[in-house]
Amino acid sequence: MRALCLGRWLRTGRVPQKVSVEVLDHLEHLALVDFRDSEGVERLQKAIQFADQLHEVNTDGVEPMDSVLEDRCLYLREDDVTEGNCTKELLENAREKVEEYFVAPPGNIPLPKLEE
Amino acid sequence: MAAVVAVAARGLAPWIPVVGLEIHAQISSNSKLFSGSQVQFAAPPNSLVSFFDASLPGTLPVLNRRCVEAAVMTGLALNCSINKKSLFDRKHYFYADLPAGYQITQQRVPIAVNGSLSYTLCIDNKMSQMVTKTVRIKQIQLEQDSGKSLHDDTRCQTLVDLNRAGVGLMEVVMEPDMCCGEEAAAAVRELQLILQTLGSSQAVMAEGQLRVDANVSVHHPGEPYGVRTEVKNINSIRFLAKAVDYEIQRQIEELENGGTILNETRAFDSKLGFMPEPNLPPLILYDAKSLPANMNHQQVINIDWIHERLPDLPSVKREKLVEQYGILPEHSFTLLNEDGLAEFFESVVKQTQMKPKKAIGWILNDLLSYLKQHSLTVKESPVSSSLLADLLNLLEKKEISSTAAKQVLAELWKGEGKTPLEIVKEQKLELLQDQKELEQICQAVIDGQENEVMAIKAGNRKVLNKLIGLVQRNTQGRSNPVLVKQLLEKKLSE
Repeated sequence: MRALCLGRWLRTGRVPQKVSVEVLDHLEHLALVDFRDSEGVERLQKAIQFADQLHEVNTDGVEPMDSVLEDRCLYLREDDVTEGNCTKELLENAREKVEEYFVAPPGNIPLPKLEE
Repeated sequence: MAAVVAVAARGLAPWIPVVGLEIHAQISSNSKLFSGSQVQFAAPPNSLVSFFDASLPGTLPVLNRRCVEAAVMTGLALNCSINKKSLFDRKHYFYADLPAGYQITQQRVPIAVNGSLSYTLCIDNKMSQMVTKTVRIKQIQLEQDSGKSLHDDTRCQTLVDLNRAGVGLMEVVMEPDMCCGEEAAAAVRELQLILQTLGSSQAVMAEGQLRVDANVSVHHPGEPYGVRTEVKNINSIRFLAKAVDYEIQRQIEELENGGTILNETRAFDSKLGFMPEPNLPPLILYDAKSLPANMNHQQVINIDWIHERLPDLPSVKREKLVEQYGILPEHSFTLLNEDGLAEFFESVVKQTQMKPKKAIGWILNDLLSYLKQHSLTVKESPVSSSLLADLLNLLEKKEISSTAAKQVLAELWKGEGKTPLEIVKEQKLELLQDQKELEQICQAVIDGQENEVMAIKAGNRKVLNKLIGLVQRNTQGRSNPVLVKQLLEKKLSE
């Protein structure tokens, strides 16, 4: 939970933090989410507060767990070519294609900066 | 550490440039890092793509054993500590050639850390003065390559080919211990040679198998490091040196003119956007001590086993060449710098009586310059090692002179299939073996050069060379200069 947890990044504290414009902008760029209006931002604020409750748990001396699979064996595959050669199938779902290339919009369209 | 201080353009306080490198080396493997599609340069678009590479729902990553071994080999060769437990993470960002919206990498705990790489620089471009430097390796991590985007600006679209998506990469992070383009280039060159020797990557920059990003900053001595910028899209080692030096100069000028350095790409680096890869448990590696008793052999990677089988690294190969053949250290560098040249040299030495110390001159001065002139690799050489060895044998047996040998080599270079002996006979290049005939010619020259003879008898030995030259001319270069000198000296002292 740590990596995407904004609460920790914003600084832990019992007092609800206001989400600054810079943070909001950064989030919108990273996640391509549009918080749109003050109601959206308010909802984000509440979500952070809700998640912050995790900090109530004392985790001193406890190693973080990434996954319940952490003690499983990571399977190693032999270096053989077993897949591929299915261009037609892959392109079937593409809305637009040009000579076996997928077509995407040009580069990353820069999002307008937020004002507030 | 950065020892070179760039003197400022206008004689102001000196600047210390600082250069770090992030190098992505494509792993040499048959299939990709997490899927079974083929790794190959230049194939029809989207033909080497599996459902997982295309990020279709329901697919899962399965780690390729060979890629792990490649990373372990590289880590060991770079004196790293191999992490017996390393983790995989997802790094999220949006780009058309990253269909999953994230790249699987090793951000938290990579497979290898804390290594070092030694490389050599020539001082003042003199190969005889070489200095060894070291750069620290921060870490090596396994990660996926992305697909390729072709930007079509006229039609306002991007064409995406996923053949490269998912190919295994080793990211090698070098600490900012370098101070200029030359050091960066030398470090990358040595890394390239190491990777090629290990076989963990073919590291051909032109084919995108080795990509280098340079981080550059400047600061005044005693002050904190300056803002760093990233130099990307470098596709040759020579350009790397130029680009780094250019950026250093640019920053110095900017700062001296009162400007500031802007960092545009660091948004990528933010600690957000990472999460553990939930579909992959930790990667566990073993050594001789920790080897589990009852595990399937194929599922176990033993670091010690790999260590024992590492080939000789370039630095070791060079030492052995110097020791075994008595050549100079700078010779060993040139030998290893050219693909196949060291093997060619050793092959020639095996087949000739000429001492390696002497033969090396023919390899490095004559053969190599021919190859360079015609842009040929050693493998493409029209002169094979046996042909060259035959030629050197004729020279060694004093059947031809050194000048004649060069002539023969020029003829051999045409690759018409003639042997050195045949060429010697054709062009009548054999040294005169008849002592009497030679003596007569020497006498004739002495008789015809009264002034020179007097000078020599008066003590001016240098004039003797002129007489030797005349004898050479009269014999069409077919006389052994050493023998001629002896004969002349004998006659002159009579």
